[in-house]
Amino acid sequence: MFSHRSVATAALLLLSTNVTLADSSGESLRAPKAFDSVRNRTERSVALFTEAGKVLQHPRCLNCHPVERQPTQGDDLHPHMPPVHGGPENRGTKELPCTSCHGPHNTATLGTGLKSIPGSDPWALAPASMAWQGFSLGEICAQLKDPARNGNRTLAQIEEHLAKDHLVGWAWHPGEGRTPAPGTQQIFGELIAAWIKTGAHCPKP
Amino acid sequence: MPTQINVNGAMHSVDVDDDTPLLWVLRDVVGLTGTKFGCGVALCGACTVHIDGVPRRSCITTVGSIGNASIRTIETLDANPIGKALQKAWLDLEVVQCGYCQSGQLMSAAALLAGNPKPSDADIDTVMSGNICRCGTYGRIRSAIKQAANQLGSSQESA
Repeated sequence: MFSHRSVATAALLLLSTNVTLADSSGESLRAPKAFDSVRNRTERSVALFTEAGKVLQHPRCLNCHPVERQPTQGDDLHPHMPPVHGGPENRGTKELPCTSCHGPHNTATLGTGLKSIPGSDPWALAPASMAWQGFSLGEICAQLKDPARNGNRTLAQIEEHLAKDHLVGWAWHPGEGRTPAPGTQQIFGELIAAWIKTGAHCPKP
Repeated sequence: MPTQINVNGAMHSVDVDDDTPLLWVLRDVVGLTGTKFGCGVALCGACTVHIDGVPRRSCITTVGSIGNASIRTIETLDANPIGKALQKAWLDLEVVQCGYCQSGQLMSAAALLAGNPKPSDADIDTVMSGNICRCGTYGRIRSAIKQAANQLGSSQESA
């Protein structure tokens, strides 16, 4: 039979587990409804994008949007080890492609210190025109809207890409040992949709 | 249910879980121990094999992900001119020190020359950066790759 003390201990453990689970995705991501109180449409649009920026500027996204053609790693954006290059098609060089290590799924490792190797199909670096590291949120916003830099996408295609793309979605399922992007891809997609619906206004660069 | 894998041109039936690393299967089930375990986290390159010609780290490649692809290991490096030229260059220049990482180094070098017959120093450094050698044989590895490339180029010109 459980004593009161063991029940209390179990409750504390459960509570701490819940706290851990709640914190495991880092900061929260507010849904578009949270911005209904911003009455000015332009200001609401900027606020929606700023919220979505918690994802866009998260390390899980920034690491593969480098300015140099070499990805970074970790929450501190340290240089990728080994020092690989994006190559002509953003999937590594022909002789050392990303797929040498990154398979179609996250893979558990046999070693210590690194619990999993991230993977998705395809696994690729963002094109040079879509570099985000070191950019302000306003600059990223302007880039996202610019067909010359966004892969010639319309805003509707940007929404589709961010809300449904498999590799974008990896940011919320990055494998053991990595902090996922905040919220969910669904909420992120809703924020982008609401941002576009309110005029796709950008924060100041 | 056993999985069928094609290793060095021969089919093998391996009765392992789908998430078993290919490296374990090659060494412990198929009995090909030339491929080495280094770090287990795809950072050192000692476990490099070719899967459909692409260099892959077998320590983090699950056997269930292989499908019908062809796996090539160090045991058949000399089955083509590139491998033969690399073997000769490695011996000529006495590249090896302790030797533990060398099967991975050679498999990466073979993939390099298959994709880039005349690599520059920078090309070699870029591609071989994924293979670590604790004895520091990098200089000799680079020279040997260049010698193999030159030999292959000369044989093509004289053919």
